[in-house]
Amino acid sequence: MTSVAEKSTGRTGEVQPKPSGGASRAAGWVRRAPLLPALIFMIVVTQLPFVATLVISFMDWNAYYPDEVGFAGVDNFRRVFTDVNMRDAVWTTILLTVGVVLISLLLGLGIALLLDRKFRGRGAVRTMMIAPFLVVPVAAALLWKHALYNPEYGLFNGALTWVWSLFGSDNPPQPDWISNMPLWSVIFALVWQWTPFMMLILLAGLQGRPLDVVEAARIDGASSWQIFRSMTLPHLRQYLELGALLGSIYIVQNFDAVFTITSGGLGTANLPYTIYQIFYQAHDYGRASAAAVIVVVGTIVIATFALRTVSSLFKEDPGR
Amino acid sequence: MSTLTAAPAVPKKKERGGIWLTLLAWVVGILFVLPVVWMVLTSLHSEADAATNPPAVLAPLTLEGYREFFTGGASPWPPLLNSLTASLLSTALVLLLAFPAAYALSIKPVRKWTDVLFFFLSTKMLPVVAGLLPLYLFAQNTGLLDNIWLLIVFYTAMNLPIAVWMMRSFLSEVPVEMLEAASMDGASLTRTLRSVIAPVVMPGIAATALICFIFSWNELLFARVLTATVAETAPVFLTSFVTSQGLFLAQLCAAAFVVSLPVLAAGFAAQDKLVQGLSLGSVK
Repeated sequence: MTSVAEKSTGRTGEVQPKPSGGASRAAGWVRRAPLLPALIFMIVVTQLPFVATLVISFMDWNAYYPDEVGFAGVDNFRRVFTDVNMRDAVWTTILLTVGVVLISLLLGLGIALLLDRKFRGRGAVRTMMIAPFLVVPVAAALLWKHALYNPEYGLFNGALTWVWSLFGSDNPPQPDWISNMPLWSVIFALVWQWTPFMMLILLAGLQGRPLDVVEAARIDGASSWQIFRSMTLPHLRQYLELGALLGSIYIVQNFDAVFTITSGGLGTANLPYTIYQIFYQAHDYGRASAAAVIVVVGTIVIATFALRTVSSLFKEDPGR
Repeated sequence: MSTLTAAPAVPKKKERGGIWLTLLAWVVGILFVLPVVWMVLTSLHSEADAATNPPAVLAPLTLEGYREFFTGGASPWPPLLNSLTASLLSTALVLLLAFPAAYALSIKPVRKWTDVLFFFLSTKMLPVVAGLLPLYLFAQNTGLLDNIWLLIVFYTAMNLPIAVWMMRSFLSEVPVEMLEAASMDGASLTRTLRSVIAPVVMPGIAATALICFIFSWNELLFARVLTATVAETAPVFLTSFVTSQGLFLAQLCAAAFVVSLPVLAAGFAAQDKLVQGLSLGSVK
């Protein structure tokens, strides 16, 4: 704890334009004091475990073989890098994240544009749109798996039976959705939950648009498409980036939908699920930690770019 | 609400094709809410009517599914109460830690306050699964496994970055004059926080609390790994339905609806706060 506190002092005290007399140092501590509980709490609860993960990643440690705990060097990393499942998991994670973020962002944009108009029942439609986001993720995944996708009595195939019977056919297609397209099944369920999120952010962005400029452009004879492309879209850019960033943060880590809908089977195991399996089912602590370390390093690389985006987003909001 | 205000100055030609766009908006809205409606409807059907093809939309309604959920097997009350405890206490803890921190990051910012802010956000980007194993081993060795307090501490850490970001954005809206007046009157930090700043940012605090509550209530991975029978939360309880077959569809829908009800209620009650909260306070 002390070392942590000292470290943060050292960091913040690095650049001191004023000669640091006793008085200004005390004033600095008064300023810092309200921040410290939260900062120390975060470092202890989130950073220390990562240090432990790093240590364990170099150890030979499987809970099934408690007598063989020892130093393993880079063995765990070699095993993770040569593991086909891990490579598949990386690919699945990318597909899942990009798929969900992209589709829900596009759908969200379309729906936000629809809801930006004034029409009868706009509030009601907005409320209906938000509902998917407010269903507990496990509950939503269960709902999709059993009540919608199920090939025998799910709503999708039920609706197909009903529509086909309207045309007098008693031989409707009854696909087994999850077996036929496992990854898309997970993606669709997540898109359903995340489109409202994107829509809300983009709608807020649309409503913060300077309307008089748009009106002037319209009077000057600009078409709706021209206005959308050269005025609305640039204005929305930062909201699109924000939605993509926040969506990615959550969907990269998705565990609930993969766990519930496919239990990681049929090529849908993403990184969180795979690491969970190595740790929770195989009890291979060393390998699980090595995988976690690799994921963290990968995340840091990507997050560095992402953070640059956010800092540009919040640029116009300088502190006092 | 805003339909009445901006009526003039809108040219008439805008209305062309409007009816179709309105219709489209309604269709999309209904499509998105349909699975939720279907969940509620199925939960109110008997098991025999729930798992039919084609769907028995007009089947008689019954509370059988709910009765079965609450009294049939293991009682859902302990998990629901555990979820409530974990969500409420961690939210309270988050607010307690985030409020002063946000103060030190906006109103009287420390040096390098942006670095601190981005440190908080970066912890949100690190995959939680990477910290899971050490926490599990720690819990195992200290006897904290299956203890609700471990979840509370973890949920606090999970939501603290979001809360700090949100509250910072709300606090930076507090007028400087009010703070100057308070400091001239010689008000202490605690007093300034409590009686000058808190009332102004109350809506923001409510939004923050709402988001933290929802995220804690929804969490599955940690609860699944770190709890067993005693501290089991509602989402973990729901996973017992993962492999269930058509025999329990009504009960499953009842369970899914009951567990989602607090989030649905909180979310609908505070719809306007939702965007602000989810965008870390950057979208007003």
